[in-house]
Amino acid sequence: MIPDTLIPLAVLLTSFITGIAILLLGEDRVRLRTALNLTGAVLKLVLVMLMLWGVFQGHAYQTRIPFLPGMDLVLRADGMTILFASLSAVLWLLTTIYAIGYLEGAPHRRRFFAYFSFCVTATMGVSLAGNLVTFFLFYEVLTLTTYPLVVHRGTEKSMKAGAVYLAYTLGGSALVLVGMLWLYAIAGPFDFTETGVLGDLFAENRIALTVIFFLLMLGFGVKAALFPFHAWLPAAMVAPAPVSALLHAVAVVKAGAFGMVRVVYDVYGITVCDEEALLPAFMVLAAITILYGSLRALAQDDFKKRLAFSTVSQVSYILLGIAMFGPMGTIGGLVHLVHQGIMKITMFFCAGNVAETLHLHKISELKGVGRRLPLTMGAFTVAALGMIGVPPLAGFISKWHLGLGAIESGHPWILAVLVASSLLNAAYFLPILRTVWFDQPDSPWPAPEGGRRLEASWWLLVPPLATAVLTILVGLLGGSVISPIHWAYLIVGREY
Amino acid sequence: MTGWTLGPEAGLVGFPALGAVVLAITAARGRRLVVGLTLAATLVALVMTLTRLLSVGAYEQDIGGWGAPLGIGWRIDGFAVLMLGLSVAVGIAVSIYSLAYFGDEPGDRRRALFFWPLWFFLWSALHGLFLSRDLFNWYVTLELSGLAAVALIALSGRADALTGSLRYLLLALAASLLYLLGVVVLYSATGSLDLAQVAARLTPGPVALAAILLITAGLVVKSALFPAHFWLPSAHASAPSPVSAVLSALVVKGGFYILARTMTGLWPAAVADGVLLGLGWLGGAAVLWGSLLAIRQQHLKLVIAYSTVAQLGYLFMAFPFWMEGVGEQVASRAWAGAAYQAVSHGLAKAALFLAAGVLIHARGRDDLDALRGLGAHLPVTATAMALAGISLMGIPPGAGFLPKWMMMTAAIQEGRILPIVVLITGGLLAVGYLFRIFRRLLAADDVVLAHPPPRILELAALGLAILSIVTGLSSLPILSLLRIGAPEGFAAYLESVP
Repeated sequence: MIPDTLIPLAVLLTSFITGIAILLLGEDRVRLRTALNLTGAVLKLVLVMLMLWGVFQGHAYQTRIPFLPGMDLVLRADGMTILFASLSAVLWLLTTIYAIGYLEGAPHRRRFFAYFSFCVTATMGVSLAGNLVTFFLFYEVLTLTTYPLVVHRGTEKSMKAGAVYLAYTLGGSALVLVGMLWLYAIAGPFDFTETGVLGDLFAENRIALTVIFFLLMLGFGVKAALFPFHAWLPAAMVAPAPVSALLHAVAVVKAGAFGMVRVVYDVYGITVCDEEALLPAFMVLAAITILYGSLRALAQDDFKKRLAFSTVSQVSYILLGIAMFGPMGTIGGLVHLVHQGIMKITMFFCAGNVAETLHLHKISELKGVGRRLPLTMGAFTVAALGMIGVPPLAGFISKWHLGLGAIESGHPWILAVLVASSLLNAAYFLPILRTVWFDQPDSPWPAPEGGRRLEASWWLLVPPLATAVLTILVGLLGGSVISPIHWAYLIVGREY
Repeated sequence: MTGWTLGPEAGLVGFPALGAVVLAITAARGRRLVVGLTLAATLVALVMTLTRLLSVGAYEQDIGGWGAPLGIGWRIDGFAVLMLGLSVAVGIAVSIYSLAYFGDEPGDRRRALFFWPLWFFLWSALHGLFLSRDLFNWYVTLELSGLAAVALIALSGRADALTGSLRYLLLALAASLLYLLGVVVLYSATGSLDLAQVAARLTPGPVALAAILLITAGLVVKSALFPAHFWLPSAHASAPSPVSAVLSALVVKGGFYILARTMTGLWPAAVADGVLLGLGWLGGAAVLWGSLLAIRQQHLKLVIAYSTVAQLGYLFMAFPFWMEGVGEQVASRAWAGAAYQAVSHGLAKAALFLAAGVLIHARGRDDLDALRGLGAHLPVTATAMALAGISLMGIPPGAGFLPKWMMMTAAIQEGRILPIVVLITGGLLAVGYLFRIFRRLLAADDVVLAHPPPRILELAALGLAILSIVTGLSSLPILSLLRIGAPEGFAAYLESVP
């Protein structure tokens, strides 16, 4: 067996080594590459599940590597890690399967899958990071490894999107770097600790630590597509569908949101944040982003753009939950980290299928697509209903807890935001469902290629169906040990 | 007078010099063997020097038994060995690269004939510089390495290379003259050129100030610090790529090395403080100005050369932290940061120039747009560029992050905001100029390679690039090496290394 101290490192290596091996393989070694990809992804999932079980039993997994005098790189698994890492591990496996099918026959697949693996390595690093400097290291690596994926098509448009992406995210990183530097100067090196590490320090350095808080939160907010730093996300839609899935659900925006979670709970501590009134500003910012994203989504006819603005809106639910002081709000925010991922990735898989099989990119072109792609659109429907918040789907669980949190923390106006946002969700998702299922197509759909009976290849169908089923299951089986909501309760028990 | 004592460090100077002589005589015959033996012997000498340093601590060595003030005296400490290690790593990669870089065409054969003796001669002179500990030997080694560098730049024979090398020659001579004048003034005032003796005898006053200013000005020109940087881009960009790598990674560090040695404890604080502060300001300006100009270049090697102007600035930004009254923690942090930057920039920049050489070789042109779509054909070279780029941008886990972190923590402890602003802006600007290269490598254009480059060229660049990441993750061994014989008052930060 692998000793506990090495498991976090092994989790990183499963995808890192996969990436290196893929780089070394020739472009045309498709079968071997596919085998490597799937082996790496399954192995990672197994290791993460192992950690999940271990952490549940009270095991401590920690790898500590010296980095600078007095400063270590720490990889370790706590409740939050498990929440984020299992999301990424499950969705990476599914996205890998999807990408293999999606990119069949496309050029530069070696580069794509290598960076895809590095990207997931960085995401895992973010989830396992045990202190701020480790977090920052992987956060930066994530930015850089995602860039070749964003510009994968190599066109002028994707180059522009790549430049926008870099400008925003590295600008955000600069804020984080300044904040981190300043924080270390005041507090010295520290590891993430439940209930926070600052304690009495805050009262002694009130102004500095308040500024640092804003630097860190806004810096991470850039990647979480917080208004007004969200513009890179819709621009990055030029990337291939599996990359969008990765950006929106698994890796990039989640890393930003996760950074904010770590700052509030494991650096400052939620109690300090509440006592020093650091949170209301972010509650307002989250509410603005939620409404703004939804309003912008309404106006989009481009399928992926509408989904992108929907992400802008939905990811801010996480911040909203964090910014409310109270266990229910925290639970709602944390669980949405996972739930949003599952639902949004389903939608991007579906949008990718529509683009890949029928070459349709606009919502107005989707008339009657449901008849041609019933399984795909069935999965999409489940995810859309989940986003709107129909019980018992994933989104309902999130919104229910956020609503309870709003009341518990004494901010009933949040309820109004939630209701308005749900109405807006319905207003931009339901018309898609109506067009897809009830409108008549302008012309009959071309038959599937090669006389296949299925609407698309298995590679493209299994992932959205799996995540759609998950969208239902995480809601239905909320009481089971491995459900995200159960873990959110577990974490909250330790943070308050 | 003691007997003939030669330590292993003599091999670092002797073996490359020997190789240069042999290669000058034997020309192309048996070149691979001679080069291979020289590299192996030099590496062994480095390892033995390191071993000796680790077992006995910093030590001094008088060559030929002549001690100070007249003879050649060497001092071997952690800083010296770190720079020697950088030089050996870069030197080995460049040599392996050059064996394949100069091909079989007549022009290439002729160039190789001159390249090898000159390069090994330069290598030897640089090692002499890093080992020396007195002002006159530094003058000699500076002069020798400068002249070899001029000849190497002119090697390609193109008009721009001749202009570049001539300009470099004139400035290098002027710089040497300034330095020499300073040394003469110093000698007349103290009667010695040995650092310890000069430090003991020099009294603050106009004479000391004049000497310091002259010596510093000479070295500033040598190390291409803003605003004396203008000779660097044309010289470094027009040289053959392996030469560019050596110039940017090693030769310009010579001036910095001597400044860092003289500025840590040699001069009386009363006169040195203003100079230190001035160097810091120039360093900051170099970071910003060099980066901005790098963003505006249209040719690959000019982008990289202007990046050198910017990256050298970081070295000098450490100097103001050595002023009187700054705590030892902070001063030592900045000192370690500067040394670390010298190494991390050396590795990354050499990798970048070597990779650029591959790309230019493959396309037969060096404008930026020639790079479009090349990444798909030369993934190893593209990877080398990306890894080296991470280090230059100062993004972890690249080695360039660590010196910036050390300097930023030093600045924040001193409550200085400006250095932090410059360091972070410099990093973002580096992203700006480097992604102009990366973006084109990733473009979807279909290109046909003019010449498929030999594999070994790509691997030499990749090797250095990987090293520039490895040094970003292994700071503790490097810092504990630096601790050995660290100048007085610059050890506090390093003491905490386990």
